[in-house]
Amino acid sequence: MSLIDRFKPEFWEYRHVEGGTDEHLFDFRRMWKLAAFLTASVAVIPLIILAAVDYHVMQRSIEAENLFRTARLVSNTQRTIFFHFAERRSTLEFIVKENSFESLNRPGALGQILKNLKNSFGGFTDLGLIGPLGRQRGYVGPFKLAGKDYSDQNWYKAVLENGVYISDVFLGFRHVPHIVIAVKRSHPNGLDYVLRATLDITKLDDLLSNIEVAGRGDAFMINSQGTLQTPSHYHGKVLEKVTLPVPKYAPQTEVFEENDINGAPVIIGYRYITDTPFILMVVKHKKELMKSWYKTRMKLIAFLGISITIILVVVVGMATYLVNKSYTADQKRIMTLHQVEYTNKMASVGRLAAGVAHEVNNPLAIINAKAGLIKDLITFKKEYGEDPKLLGLVNSILASVKRAGIITKRLLSFSRNMEVSIESVNLKELVEEVLSFLIKEAEYRSIRISLEASGDVPQIESDRGKLQEIFLNLINNAFAAMSNSGNLDIKVKKAETDKVLVTVADDGCGISEQDLKRIFEPFFSTKTKKGGTGLGLSLTQNFVREIKGIMDVESEVDKGTTFAITLPLKMEGKDWRDK
Amino acid sequence: MKVLLIDDEEELISTLAERLSFRGIDADWVTNGEEALKKAELQCYDLALVDVRMPKMSGFALKKRMAEKCPDLKFIFMTGHGSEDDYKEGAAEAGAAYYLVKPLNIELLIKKINKVIKK
Repeated sequence: MSLIDRFKPEFWEYRHVEGGTDEHLFDFRRMWKLAAFLTASVAVIPLIILAAVDYHVMQRSIEAENLFRTARLVSNTQRTIFFHFAERRSTLEFIVKENSFESLNRPGALGQILKNLKNSFGGFTDLGLIGPLGRQRGYVGPFKLAGKDYSDQNWYKAVLENGVYISDVFLGFRHVPHIVIAVKRSHPNGLDYVLRATLDITKLDDLLSNIEVAGRGDAFMINSQGTLQTPSHYHGKVLEKVTLPVPKYAPQTEVFEENDINGAPVIIGYRYITDTPFILMVVKHKKELMKSWYKTRMKLIAFLGISITIILVVVVGMATYLVNKSYTADQKRIMTLHQVEYTNKMASVGRLAAGVAHEVNNPLAIINAKAGLIKDLITFKKEYGEDPKLLGLVNSILASVKRAGIITKRLLSFSRNMEVSIESVNLKELVEEVLSFLIKEAEYRSIRISLEASGDVPQIESDRGKLQEIFLNLINNAFAAMSNSGNLDIKVKKAETDKVLVTVADDGCGISEQDLKRIFEPFFSTKTKKGGTGLGLSLTQNFVREIKGIMDVESEVDKGTTFAITLPLKMEGKDWRDK
Repeated sequence: MKVLLIDDEEELISTLAERLSFRGIDADWVTNGEEALKKAELQCYDLALVDVRMPKMSGFALKKRMAEKCPDLKFIFMTGHGSEDDYKEGAAEAGAAYYLVKPLNIELLIKKINKVIKK
């Protein structure tokens, strides 16, 4: 038996025939499918929808959270950088406002200021004082730049125009990246002068590299041409072209998603830093950020999968259970219908038998009486008794009448037993009575019948009619299973203290192991083509149960079949009809 | 000893009467209850052999009527319908001595008659 067969419910193999003659009310397979499908749909679909919605909401909120965090980091860092420049610019402005050109141009003055700046801020490398004509008048620093003319340089023009100038990062003479901040001192007499300071970017670099950026992130600055102003971990070195697109100008912090040079999705937050040429960029790897979400997502999917599996198992189990119940009930209903039909049929047969018996009995009585009279005449009157042949003939008539009388008696007894009544029954006699109906067939087919009853078998109190039908069915079945000149062996013996055992054994074709399990099922028949209804044994078993007996069967193919019926001496408990 | 046979089947009852007479039992016969009552008016019988099922008046009803006239009259019932068990109770209630099933066995009938009369 395969695994599928083991789990296949009883009703599965049953096929509903549309417009067929069978009386099943339902198509059970369809019923099962419908029940399972509907219940599963109602349970699983909302679950899937809910899970999908939850999935999307969670994913979106996590993505939004990532964008928000990036934006906040950009904003905060931008503020720090803005202050970094504002501080230095203001300091320089303070210096030019507090000191006149002459006092700054005094020997040692700039040196002292540079020293103070280095001490207070750090990062200042040199300081230059540029006169009204663009020529450097005073300079302190590592280079010999005193007297250099800046008048045609762009930054000088820009500082004159705007009052302040902050340069991009550039390498300069020392090949060290640095930034220039220049401030202008306007003089009422038109002789404006400029204080110019050079800063290395280590401070900025420290500031940015100390930021903890989640998700293998990176914080750096670029200029509007996309040149890196501070080193980046993943997107290039200082003064190299950044490997990401330059974001378009926006007055506030912006965050967007983009693929990096390797095609991996990244979240980019940026901010144009006010009053400087710099753009602050924070780049995070999306996959890193979403790692925790991926874990949660796996759990969600596993949960969903397990839930759906459990629901389906329960639904399939319930549907199978319920449809099986319904199938069994339907089977019982049909069985009952057939039993009623059978009982009615038997009742009709009984009435017919009774009618025939009555009708035959009267003429039979007359024949008996007349033949008796003839016998009397022969016996009592000498003139009739001379021919000895006559007495023989009369006796023969009387014997035949007696035989016919026995038959009508049995017919009446049979019809009377259609109604349930419990009476004392001699099982051996009862079996003999049943056999009398079948004896002719047995003779024609040369079937040998042996009936043995052990001496200690008591009379039992039971339903004679049911017993007759039980044995009639069993013996008929045995006849059907046997070939001509078979042997039928019926034994009646005492079983337990209050039980009687009757065995009906034939040496016929036997029943295969597979069929043996099903022979008591209603409508199971191997003789359907020969007009079997598949109800005989099923009804017989019902009758046996009704009279509180137990029916067992043993069979071997080609060896024969033995039915064993154990009957109680007394039918106790409620009448079966009260059930 | 005088016996009255009552059965609606004339062929049967007349033959039975003849057979009984061969065995020294004087038997009259009638085919219905009315006639039986008339006969009983004329003389009292020792025994009545009555068919249970007859048209107009059943065996049991007849017994009741006859018992009023002849209290000593004994009864044996017979029937062609069913076995002895069928009417046993009814017969006992009606007070019949025996209950026989047709076709009758003449020897058995004689035995029963003798038993009833001896009582």
